[in-house]
Amino acid sequence: MARHELTFPIADPAQILKLRAGDEVVVQGHIIGIRDRTQIRIFDHGVEPPMDLRGAFLLHTAPNVRKVGPGRYEKLCIGTTTSARMVRFTEGLGGRYGVRAICGKGGFPDEAIEPMRRLGMVYLAIVGGAAALETTQIEEIEEVAWEELMPECLWRFRVRDFGPLTVGIDAHGNSLYRDVQARAREKLEEIYARL
Amino acid sequence: MTARSLRDVVEDTAAHLYVWALKDIPQDLRDALGAARARETSVTGQRVLETIVRNVEVAEQERNLVCQDTGIAVYYCRVGERFPLHPARIYEALRAGTERATLEHPLRSNTVHTLTRESTGANVGFRVPIVHWDFVPDWDGLDVKCVPKGSGSENMSFLKMCVPADGVRGIKRFVLDSIVGAGGKPCPPGIVGVGIGGSADYAMHLAKEAIARPVGTRNPDPEVARLEEELYELLNETGVGPMGLGGDVTVLACHVEHADTHMTLNPVAVNYQCWAARRASAHVAADGTVAYDRDA
Repeated sequence: MARHELTFPIADPAQILKLRAGDEVVVQGHIIGIRDRTQIRIFDHGVEPPMDLRGAFLLHTAPNVRKVGPGRYEKLCIGTTTSARMVRFTEGLGGRYGVRAICGKGGFPDEAIEPMRRLGMVYLAIVGGAAALETTQIEEIEEVAWEELMPECLWRFRVRDFGPLTVGIDAHGNSLYRDVQARAREKLEEIYARL
Repeated sequence: MTARSLRDVVEDTAAHLYVWALKDIPQDLRDALGAARARETSVTGQRVLETIVRNVEVAEQERNLVCQDTGIAVYYCRVGERFPLHPARIYEALRAGTERATLEHPLRSNTVHTLTRESTGANVGFRVPIVHWDFVPDWDGLDVKCVPKGSGSENMSFLKMCVPADGVRGIKRFVLDSIVGAGGKPCPPGIVGVGIGGSADYAMHLAKEAIARPVGTRNPDPEVARLEEELYELLNETGVGPMGLGGDVTVLACHVEHADTHMTLNPVAVNYQCWAARRASAHVAADGTVAYDRDA
């Protein structure tokens, strides 16, 4: 299993194709925080996001912040939420807006595998709950849009050595989550037989 | 001590417990996470557990929250029959303490109206915080345990009304099936709380009580304790692993609480607690003295 360092937003899609399920990834550059209500606004209410998402790395988050001025926020504690609730936005994020990586915790269900393969996207798994560490890797909150959705706004963060992340679903049709579930279901049959 | 000032003591205690629980996880949990890291053999599992252990240290150094999800505030109260503050006032104090801690720290507020989804305030709202009560005869003290419950794990709650013919085997199958189905979503490896018996609502209440116990403690009923041990072993055979990425350690512990039930009922409830199993306790004496307890 390889280790990769990537800088986002990404210009060359080939960098995404190098990633394989199980690989370790560390991220530099800029990432975008997004959550349930943010994506409901974009896709269900048809409101165009006021940030460029081409080549973007999206993080499923709703941070704890302190307001320090108009549109200015200081980080307090930034962690990651469960991704599965937001899987239905994958196709639109990749196809319409050019998002390349979605990072969250707990994984995406199998319905994300095909659009990610077709659109050249990856799902990157962070360690859920490890927010104290994650906060130290976010250098600054550079921009916030849709403050009225607080804390489910659209956030732009500058990060340094963000990770370690694990490629949960790659752009080649592989998913660690699908493999783990398949093995676990087999194991359960064996356990049930001896109960 | 006057009733008014005892109310203030309980409010201060709640405010302190809420923040303390979020920042400083108990030693029994730290030990369990350390042991998990030592025995995990998969590469991804080791990466996850290494990061978890490092995160707990960083939270301490930075005086930051272990996890960003400040949860829904849940309190367990054991009230002595002679404690000089009525539970109605204890509730007010717990609510005020939760609100104050949220505003002063500040903490992220999570509570919303369940239909409109609009925020209802600083981690308080209609029937929030959630408080469970036990009343103790011949005693004048108050025990308070704060369990800020994250949504990632709470969303992985399951109830099945098994029938008596399903027996204990049905209970085991349901627990295993639920935890495999939950996969990485509840932030494994955590504590699986199982409530059996009683009624539908009471089984879930017991499952929640089970996750609030110190990690790896055993039910005093030897029959139930054996079930805890067996489920713990079986759950860790599934290979779901840390954060659902595969591995040896799927759960840190399995706790079971039980109640007697109707002859035609066999309810089983599962409530999951993530690896960041936050809890903090205090004992408030009738004279207003507060003793914080890291182990309870």
